[in-house]
Amino acid sequence: MERIDCRGLSCPLPVVETRKHLERLSSGGKLEVLVDTGTARDNVSRLAAREGCDVEVRETEDEEFILTITKK
Amino acid sequence: MERVNRFFQSRWGIILVGLCIGALASTLQKLGNPKNMGICVACFERDIAGSLGLHRAAPVQYIRPEIIGFVFGAMIAALIFGEYRARAGSAPVIRFMLGFFAMVGALVFLGCPWRALLRLAGGDGNAILALVGLACGVGIGVLFIKRGYNLGRSQKGSPVAGAVLPLIMLGLLLLLIVKPVLSTGAPFFSTEGPGSQHANYLVALGIAVVIGFIAQRTRFCTMGAIRDVILMRDFHLMSGVVALLAGAFIMNLIYGQAHWGFAGQPVAHTNQLLNFGGMLLAGLSFALAGGCPGRQLFLSGEGDGDAAVFVLGMIVGAAFAHNFGTAGTPYPNNPANWGWGPAAVLVGLVFCVVIGLTMRSTATAKA
Repeated sequence: MERIDCRGLSCPLPVVETRKHLERLSSGGKLEVLVDTGTARDNVSRLAAREGCDVEVRETEDEEFILTITKK
Repeated sequence: MERVNRFFQSRWGIILVGLCIGALASTLQKLGNPKNMGICVACFERDIAGSLGLHRAAPVQYIRPEIIGFVFGAMIAALIFGEYRARAGSAPVIRFMLGFFAMVGALVFLGCPWRALLRLAGGDGNAILALVGLACGVGIGVLFIKRGYNLGRSQKGSPVAGAVLPLIMLGLLLLLIVKPVLSTGAPFFSTEGPGSQHANYLVALGIAVVIGFIAQRTRFCTMGAIRDVILMRDFHLMSGVVALLAGAFIMNLIYGQAHWGFAGQPVAHTNQLLNFGGMLLAGLSFALAGGCPGRQLFLSGEGDGDAAVFVLGMIVGAAFAHNFGTAGTPYPNNPANWGWGPAAVLVGLVFCVVIGLTMRSTATAKA
Protein backbone atom coordinates (compact mmCIF):
# COMPACT_ATOMS: atom_id res chain seq x y z
CA MET A 1 0.00 0.00 0.00
CA GLU A 2 1.29 3.42 -0.96
CA ARG A 3 1.59 5.96 1.88
CA ILE A 4 1.99 9.72 1.73
CA ASP A 5 2.76 12.14 4.52
CA CYS A 6 0.83 15.40 4.21
CA ARG A 7 1.37 16.57 7.77
CA GLY A 8 2.15 20.27 8.12
CA LEU A 9 1.07 21.10 4.58
CA SER A 10 -1.37 23.95 4.25
CA CYS A 11 -4.52 23.93 2.16
CA PRO A 12 -4.91 22.76 -0.63
CA LEU A 13 -1.69 20.73 -0.83
CA PRO A 14 -2.94 17.60 0.99
CA VAL A 15 -5.80 17.38 -1.52
CA VAL A 16 -3.54 18.09 -4.51
CA GLU A 17 -1.03 15.45 -3.45
CA THR A 18 -3.73 12.89 -2.69
CA ARG A 19 -5.36 13.43 -6.07
CA LYS A 20 -2.02 13.05 -7.83
CA HIS A 21 -1.45 9.69 -6.14
CA LEU A 22 -5.07 8.55 -6.63
CA GLU A 23 -4.76 9.09 -10.38
CA ARG A 24 -1.86 6.60 -10.45
CA LEU A 25 -3.70 4.05 -8.33
CA SER A 26 -5.29 1.06 -10.06
CA SER A 27 -8.74 -0.24 -9.24
CA GLY A 28 -8.81 -1.98 -5.86
CA GLY A 29 -5.57 -0.26 -4.84
CA LYS A 30 -5.15 1.40 -1.47
CA LEU A 31 -3.57 4.71 -0.52
CA GLU A 32 -2.80 5.78 3.02
CA VAL A 33 -2.68 9.53 3.68
CA LEU A 34 -1.30 10.95 6.91
CA VAL A 35 -2.64 14.42 7.87
CA ASP A 36 -2.58 16.45 11.07
CA THR A 37 -5.54 18.84 10.89
CA GLY A 38 -9.30 18.40 10.77
CA THR A 39 -9.44 20.55 7.65
CA ALA A 40 -7.04 18.30 5.74
CA ARG A 41 -8.91 15.22 7.01
CA ASP A 42 -12.26 16.57 5.79
CA ASN A 43 -10.94 17.92 2.48
CA VAL A 44 -9.10 14.71 1.57
CA SER A 45 -12.14 12.64 2.61
CA ARG A 46 -14.40 14.76 0.41
CA LEU A 47 -12.03 14.41 -2.54
CA ALA A 48 -11.88 10.65 -2.14
CA ALA A 49 -15.67 10.37 -1.87
CA ARG A 50 -16.08 12.54 -4.96
CA GLU A 51 -13.66 10.28 -6.84
CA GLY A 52 -15.85 7.32 -5.88
CA CYS A 53 -13.38 5.84 -3.40
CA ASP A 54 -14.02 4.32 0.02
CA VAL A 55 -12.43 6.21 2.91
CA GLU A 56 -11.64 5.01 6.39
CA VAL A 57 -10.41 7.56 8.93
CA ARG A 58 -8.42 6.63 12.01
CA GLU A 59 -7.16 9.10 14.62
CA THR A 60 -3.77 8.33 16.12
CA GLU A 61 -2.60 8.91 19.69
CA ASP A 62 -0.68 11.95 18.42
CA GLU A 63 -3.95 13.58 17.34
CA GLU A 64 -3.12 12.94 13.69
CA PHE A 65 -5.29 11.20 11.15
CA ILE A 66 -4.60 8.23 8.90
CA LEU A 67 -6.96 8.06 5.93
CA THR A 68 -7.09 4.73 4.13
CA ILE A 69 -8.50 5.28 0.66
CA THR A 70 -9.57 2.34 -1.49
CA LYS A 71 -10.07 2.95 -5.19
CA LYS A 72 -13.10 1.12 -6.59
CA MET B 1 -21.26 15.93 18.25
CA GLU B 2 -20.55 13.68 15.28
CA ARG B 3 -23.94 14.52 13.74
CA VAL B 4 -23.31 18.25 14.15
CA ASN B 5 -19.93 17.81 12.53
CA ARG B 6 -21.40 15.88 9.61
CA PHE B 7 -24.00 18.59 9.05
CA PHE B 8 -21.37 21.35 8.97
CA GLN B 9 -19.35 19.33 6.44
CA SER B 10 -22.37 18.77 4.20
CA ARG B 11 -23.44 20.84 1.19
CA TRP B 12 -26.51 22.07 3.08
CA GLY B 13 -24.32 22.94 6.05
CA ILE B 14 -22.11 25.30 4.11
CA ILE B 15 -25.08 26.80 2.25
CA LEU B 16 -26.84 27.55 5.54
CA VAL B 17 -23.66 29.02 7.00
CA GLY B 18 -23.18 31.20 3.90
CA LEU B 19 -26.76 32.44 4.16
CA CYS B 20 -26.28 33.22 7.86
CA ILE B 21 -23.02 35.10 7.29
CA GLY B 22 -24.57 37.17 4.49
CA ALA B 23 -27.69 37.94 6.52
CA LEU B 24 -25.68 38.82 9.64
CA ALA B 25 -23.33 41.06 7.66
CA SER B 26 -26.26 42.94 6.19
CA THR B 27 -27.77 43.21 9.66
CA LEU B 28 -24.53 44.71 11.00
CA GLN B 29 -24.92 47.45 8.39
CA LYS B 30 -28.46 48.03 9.61
CA LEU B 31 -27.12 48.24 13.16
CA GLY B 32 -24.56 50.90 12.34
CA ASN B 33 -21.60 49.49 10.41
CA PRO B 34 -20.67 51.43 7.25
CA LYS B 35 -22.74 50.84 4.14
CA ASN B 36 -21.84 47.70 2.17
CA MET B 37 -19.30 47.02 4.93
CA GLY B 38 -21.16 44.84 7.40
CA ILE B 39 -18.03 42.74 7.44
CA CYS B 40 -14.80 43.60 5.68
CA VAL B 41 -11.75 41.87 7.06
CA ALA B 42 -9.36 44.18 5.20
CA CYS B 43 -11.20 47.39 6.16
CA PHE B 44 -11.63 46.31 9.76
CA GLU B 45 -7.98 45.33 10.19
CA ARG B 46 -7.13 48.68 8.62
CA ASP B 47 -9.33 50.38 11.22
CA ILE B 48 -7.53 48.49 13.98
CA ALA B 49 -4.17 49.60 12.54
CA GLY B 50 -5.49 53.16 12.64
CA SER B 51 -6.75 52.88 16.19
CA LEU B 52 -3.32 51.69 17.31
CA GLY B 53 -1.78 54.69 15.57
CA LEU B 54 0.08 52.65 12.96
CA HIS B 55 -1.46 55.03 10.45
CA ARG B 56 -3.09 58.41 11.08
CA ALA B 57 -5.95 58.45 8.57
CA ALA B 58 -8.49 59.95 10.97
CA PRO B 59 -11.68 58.60 9.32
CA VAL B 60 -10.61 54.94 9.59
CA GLN B 61 -9.63 54.32 13.21
CA TYR B 62 -11.60 51.92 15.38
CA ILE B 63 -10.94 48.64 17.17
CA ARG B 64 -13.37 46.47 15.24
CA PRO B 65 -14.83 43.77 17.48
CA GLU B 66 -15.73 41.72 14.40
CA ILE B 67 -12.06 40.81 13.86
CA ILE B 68 -11.69 39.88 17.53
CA GLY B 69 -14.90 37.83 17.44
CA PHE B 70 -13.85 35.90 14.34
CA VAL B 71 -10.71 34.69 16.11
CA PHE B 72 -12.52 33.95 19.37
CA GLY B 73 -15.39 32.12 17.64
CA ALA B 74 -13.01 29.94 15.65
CA MET B 75 -10.96 29.22 18.77
CA ILE B 76 -14.05 28.19 20.75
CA ALA B 77 -15.14 25.88 17.91
CA ALA B 78 -11.66 24.39 17.58
CA LEU B 79 -11.45 23.75 21.34
CA ILE B 80 -14.94 22.21 21.56
CA PHE B 81 -14.38 19.93 18.57
CA GLY B 82 -10.82 19.00 19.53
CA GLU B 83 -9.23 20.74 16.54
CA TYR B 84 -7.02 23.24 18.32
CA ARG B 85 -3.50 22.52 17.07
CA ALA B 86 -0.64 24.93 17.70
CA ARG B 87 1.52 24.94 14.59
CA ALA B 88 3.82 27.35 12.76
CA GLY B 89 7.07 27.61 10.84
CA SER B 90 6.03 27.50 7.19
CA ALA B 91 7.88 30.41 5.55
CA PRO B 92 6.72 33.05 8.05
CA VAL B 93 8.39 36.07 6.42
CA ILE B 94 6.90 35.21 3.04
CA ARG B 95 3.47 34.79 4.62
CA PHE B 96 3.90 38.15 6.32
CA MET B 97 4.63 39.82 2.98
CA LEU B 98 1.76 37.99 1.27
CA GLY B 99 -0.51 39.42 3.97
CA PHE B 100 1.07 42.84 3.44
CA PHE B 101 0.47 42.83 -0.31
CA ALA B 102 -2.97 41.24 0.02
CA MET B 103 -3.94 44.26 2.11
CA VAL B 104 -2.30 46.72 -0.29
CA GLY B 105 -4.29 45.21 -3.17
CA ALA B 106 -7.54 45.01 -1.21
CA LEU B 107 -7.28 48.66 -0.16
CA VAL B 108 -6.73 49.80 -3.75
CA PHE B 109 -10.16 48.29 -4.44
CA LEU B 110 -11.42 49.25 -0.96
CA GLY B 111 -12.48 45.88 0.34
CA CYS B 112 -11.58 42.25 0.82
CA PRO B 113 -13.40 39.39 -0.98
CA TRP B 114 -16.06 39.43 1.75
CA ARG B 115 -16.76 43.10 1.15
CA ALA B 116 -16.64 42.63 -2.63
CA LEU B 117 -19.55 40.21 -2.20
CA LEU B 118 -21.35 42.55 0.19
CA ARG B 119 -20.81 45.50 -2.16
CA LEU B 120 -22.32 43.48 -5.00
CA ALA B 121 -25.22 42.43 -2.74
CA GLY B 122 -25.76 46.12 -2.00
CA GLY B 123 -25.94 46.99 -5.69
CA ASP B 124 -22.38 48.35 -6.14
CA GLY B 125 -21.48 47.41 -9.73
CA ASN B 126 -17.83 48.31 -9.14
CA ALA B 127 -17.51 45.01 -7.27
CA ILE B 128 -18.04 43.05 -10.50
CA LEU B 129 -14.62 43.69 -12.02
CA ALA B 130 -13.06 43.39 -8.58
CA LEU B 131 -14.48 39.87 -8.28
CA VAL B 132 -13.22 39.12 -11.80
CA GLY B 133 -9.80 40.37 -10.69
CA LEU B 134 -10.00 38.21 -7.57
CA ALA B 135 -10.83 35.13 -9.66
CA CYS B 136 -7.96 35.87 -12.07
CA GLY B 137 -5.54 36.30 -9.16
CA VAL B 138 -6.66 33.02 -7.64
CA GLY B 139 -6.41 31.42 -11.10
CA ILE B 140 -2.76 32.48 -11.38
CA GLY B 141 -2.20 31.06 -7.91
CA VAL B 142 -3.71 27.76 -9.06
CA LEU B 143 -1.22 27.66 -11.96
CA PHE B 144 1.62 27.94 -9.44
CA ILE B 145 0.06 25.26 -7.22
CA LYS B 146 -0.16 22.94 -10.25
CA ARG B 147 3.53 23.57 -10.94
CA GLY B 148 4.40 22.45 -7.41
CA TYR B 149 4.27 25.71 -5.43
CA ASN B 150 4.69 24.97 -1.74
CA LEU B 151 5.67 27.14 1.24
CA GLY B 152 6.88 24.10 3.16
CA ARG B 153 5.61 22.29 6.21
CA SER B 154 4.59 23.81 9.50
CA GLN B 155 5.77 22.25 12.75
CA LYS B 156 3.79 21.44 15.87
CA GLY B 157 4.27 23.90 18.71
CA SER B 158 3.30 24.54 22.29
CA PRO B 159 -0.40 25.30 22.78
CA VAL B 160 0.60 28.75 24.06
CA ALA B 161 2.38 29.52 20.78
CA GLY B 162 -0.89 28.99 18.94
CA ALA B 163 -2.71 31.31 21.31
CA VAL B 164 -0.60 34.41 20.63
CA LEU B 165 -2.97 36.02 18.12
CA PRO B 166 -6.06 35.24 20.25
CA LEU B 167 -4.22 36.88 23.18
CA ILE B 168 -3.46 39.93 21.03
CA MET B 169 -7.18 40.03 20.22
CA LEU B 170 -7.97 39.87 23.94
CA GLY B 171 -5.69 42.86 24.46
CA LEU B 172 -7.46 44.76 21.66
CA LEU B 173 -10.83 43.95 23.24
CA LEU B 174 -9.62 45.34 26.57
CA LEU B 175 -8.47 48.52 24.80
CA LEU B 176 -11.90 48.81 23.20
CA ILE B 177 -13.73 48.32 26.49
CA VAL B 178 -11.47 50.44 28.72
CA LYS B 179 -10.63 53.11 26.11
CA PRO B 180 -7.65 54.38 28.12
CA VAL B 181 -6.83 58.07 27.78
CA LEU B 182 -3.14 58.43 26.95
CA SER B 183 -1.28 61.67 26.38
CA THR B 184 -0.33 60.43 22.90
CA GLY B 185 -4.02 60.17 21.95
CA ALA B 186 -3.84 56.40 21.40
CA PRO B 187 -5.93 54.39 20.99
CA PHE B 188 -7.50 56.54 18.29
CA PHE B 189 -11.22 56.41 17.52
CA SER B 190 -12.67 58.14 14.47
CA THR B 191 -15.26 60.82 15.12
CA GLU B 192 -16.32 60.96 11.47
CA GLY B 193 -16.06 58.74 8.40
CA PRO B 194 -16.35 54.94 8.19
CA GLY B 195 -14.39 54.40 11.41
CA SER B 196 -17.03 56.28 13.39
CA GLN B 197 -19.82 54.09 12.02
CA HIS B 198 -20.26 50.90 13.96
CA ALA B 199 -22.81 48.66 15.58
CA ASN B 200 -22.89 48.31 19.37
CA TYR B 201 -19.61 46.57 20.14
CA LEU B 202 -21.14 43.78 22.22
CA VAL B 203 -23.67 42.97 19.49
CA ALA B 204 -20.94 43.07 16.82
CA LEU B 205 -18.68 40.88 18.98
CA GLY B 206 -21.47 38.37 19.56
CA ILE B 207 -22.35 38.14 15.88
CA ALA B 208 -18.68 37.76 14.96
CA VAL B 209 -18.17 34.97 17.50
CA VAL B 210 -21.10 33.10 15.93
CA ILE B 211 -19.66 33.62 12.44
CA GLY B 212 -16.18 32.58 13.59
CA PHE B 213 -17.63 29.42 15.11
CA ILE B 214 -19.66 28.30 12.10
CA ALA B 215 -16.98 29.36 9.62
CA GLN B 216 -14.37 27.31 11.46
CA ARG B 217 -16.60 24.25 11.38
CA THR B 218 -17.34 24.57 7.65
CA ARG B 219 -13.83 25.79 6.62
CA PHE B 220 -15.58 28.74 4.96
CA CYS B 221 -13.16 30.50 2.59
CA THR B 222 -13.98 32.94 -0.19
CA MET B 223 -10.65 32.41 -1.97
CA GLY B 224 -10.79 28.64 -1.48
CA ALA B 225 -14.21 28.63 -3.13
CA ILE B 226 -12.78 30.02 -6.37
CA ARG B 227 -9.59 27.95 -6.13
CA ASP B 228 -11.44 24.66 -5.65
CA VAL B 229 -13.66 25.33 -8.66
CA ILE B 230 -10.65 26.09 -10.89
CA LEU B 231 -8.38 23.40 -9.47
CA MET B 232 -10.77 20.52 -8.94
CA ARG B 233 -14.21 21.49 -10.22
CA ASP B 234 -15.29 21.24 -6.59
CA PHE B 235 -18.23 23.57 -5.88
CA HIS B 236 -18.59 22.82 -2.16
CA LEU B 237 -17.11 26.09 -0.81
CA MET B 238 -18.51 28.05 -3.75
CA SER B 239 -22.04 27.07 -2.77
CA GLY B 240 -21.41 28.74 0.60
CA VAL B 241 -20.04 31.88 -1.03
CA VAL B 242 -23.04 32.13 -3.38
CA ALA B 243 -25.28 31.63 -0.34
CA LEU B 244 -23.49 34.52 1.43
CA LEU B 245 -24.21 36.73 -1.56
CA ALA B 246 -27.85 35.62 -1.59
CA GLY B 247 -28.27 36.06 2.18
CA ALA B 248 -26.87 39.59 2.10
CA PHE B 249 -28.88 40.46 -1.01
CA ILE B 250 -32.18 39.29 0.49
CA MET B 251 -31.58 41.10 3.77
CA ASN B 252 -30.49 44.26 1.93
CA LEU B 253 -33.81 44.18 0.06
CA ILE B 254 -35.70 43.73 3.33
CA TYR B 255 -33.75 46.54 5.03
CA GLY B 256 -33.93 48.78 1.97
CA GLN B 257 -30.12 48.90 1.78
CA ALA B 258 -29.63 48.02 -1.90
CA HIS B 259 -28.78 50.88 -4.26
CA TRP B 260 -27.89 49.90 -7.82
CA GLY B 261 -25.23 51.61 -9.87
CA PHE B 262 -21.57 52.48 -10.19
CA ALA B 263 -21.23 56.14 -9.24
CA GLY B 264 -21.71 57.43 -5.72
CA GLN B 265 -21.42 54.05 -4.02
CA PRO B 266 -20.32 54.13 -0.36
CA VAL B 267 -16.59 53.85 0.32
CA ALA B 268 -15.89 52.99 -3.31
CA HIS B 269 -14.43 54.39 -6.53
CA THR B 270 -15.24 53.81 -10.18
CA ASN B 271 -11.77 53.19 -11.62
CA GLN B 272 -12.39 49.67 -12.91
CA LEU B 273 -8.77 49.06 -13.89
CA LEU B 274 -7.72 49.58 -10.29
CA ASN B 275 -10.70 47.65 -8.93
CA PHE B 276 -9.56 44.75 -11.10
CA GLY B 277 -5.83 45.20 -10.44
CA GLY B 278 -6.16 45.61 -6.69
CA MET B 279 -8.14 42.42 -6.30
CA LEU B 280 -5.92 40.59 -8.79
CA LEU B 281 -3.05 41.16 -6.37
CA ALA B 282 -5.20 40.32 -3.34
CA GLY B 283 -6.51 37.12 -4.96
CA LEU B 284 -3.03 35.95 -5.89
CA SER B 285 -1.70 36.71 -2.40
CA PHE B 286 -4.57 34.85 -0.73
CA ALA B 287 -4.12 31.87 -3.06
CA LEU B 288 -0.38 31.68 -2.35
CA ALA B 289 -1.06 31.91 1.41
CA GLY B 290 -3.80 29.27 1.29
CA GLY B 291 -6.80 31.27 2.52
CA CYS B 292 -8.87 34.42 2.28
CA PRO B 293 -8.49 37.05 5.03
CA GLY B 294 -11.42 35.64 6.98
CA ARG B 295 -10.03 32.12 6.75
CA GLN B 296 -6.64 33.37 8.00
CA LEU B 297 -8.39 34.71 11.12
CA PHE B 298 -10.25 31.42 11.65
CA LEU B 299 -7.02 29.44 11.22
CA SER B 300 -5.33 31.76 13.71
CA GLY B 301 -8.04 30.87 16.20
CA GLU B 302 -7.28 27.17 15.63
CA GLY B 303 -3.67 27.77 16.67
CA ASP B 304 -2.12 28.29 13.23
CA GLY B 305 0.78 30.67 13.82
CA ASP B 306 1.49 30.98 10.09
CA ALA B 307 -2.00 32.35 9.51
CA ALA B 308 -1.43 34.70 12.46
CA VAL B 309 1.71 36.02 10.76
CA PHE B 310 -0.34 36.64 7.61
CA VAL B 311 -2.88 38.61 9.68
CA LEU B 312 -0.11 40.73 11.20
CA GLY B 313 1.25 41.31 7.69
CA MET B 314 -2.18 42.56 6.64
CA ILE B 315 -2.33 45.00 9.56
CA VAL B 316 1.11 46.38 8.73
CA GLY B 317 0.12 46.49 5.05
CA ALA B 318 -2.87 48.62 5.98
CA ALA B 319 -0.63 51.05 7.84
CA PHE B 320 1.66 51.25 4.83
CA ALA B 321 -1.27 51.74 2.45
CA HIS B 322 -2.51 54.79 4.32
CA ASN B 323 0.88 56.24 5.27
CA PHE B 324 2.10 56.02 1.67
CA GLY B 325 -1.18 56.92 0.01
CA THR B 326 -1.71 53.69 -1.91
CA ALA B 327 -5.25 53.06 -0.63
CA GLY B 328 -8.14 53.73 -2.98
CA THR B 329 -9.52 57.20 -3.42
CA PRO B 330 -12.00 58.61 -5.94
CA TYR B 331 -9.34 58.19 -8.64
CA PRO B 332 -9.33 60.94 -11.22
CA ASN B 333 -9.41 59.89 -14.88
CA ASN B 334 -5.89 61.07 -15.53
CA PRO B 335 -3.49 58.20 -14.70
CA ALA B 336 -0.84 60.77 -13.81
CA ASN B 337 -2.89 61.53 -10.71
CA TRP B 338 -3.46 57.97 -9.53
CA GLY B 339 -0.80 58.19 -6.82
CA TRP B 340 1.19 55.23 -5.58
CA GLY B 341 -1.61 52.64 -5.61
CA PRO B 342 -0.91 51.21 -9.08
CA ALA B 343 2.84 51.14 -8.43
CA ALA B 344 2.31 49.28 -5.16
CA VAL B 345 0.07 46.76 -6.94
CA LEU B 346 2.73 46.18 -9.60
CA VAL B 347 5.43 45.66 -6.98
CA GLY B 348 3.13 43.26 -5.15
CA LEU B 349 2.40 41.31 -8.32
CA VAL B 350 6.13 40.99 -9.08
CA PHE B 351 6.72 39.77 -5.51
CA CYS B 352 3.93 37.20 -5.75
CA VAL B 353 5.04 35.90 -9.15
CA VAL B 354 8.63 35.49 -7.94
CA ILE B 355 7.39 33.65 -4.83
CA GLY B 356 5.03 31.53 -6.93
CA LEU B 357 7.81 30.53 -9.30
CA THR B 358 10.55 29.93 -6.76
CA MET B 359 8.88 28.41 -3.69
CA ARG B 360 8.78 24.75 -4.52
CA SER B 361 9.69 21.67 -2.56
CA THR B 362 8.87 18.01 -2.51
CA ALA B 363 5.45 18.29 -0.98
CA THR B 364 5.04 14.83 0.41
CA ALA B 365 7.33 12.19 1.71
CA LYS B 366 6.51 8.54 1.71
CA ALA B 367 5.36 7.83 5.24
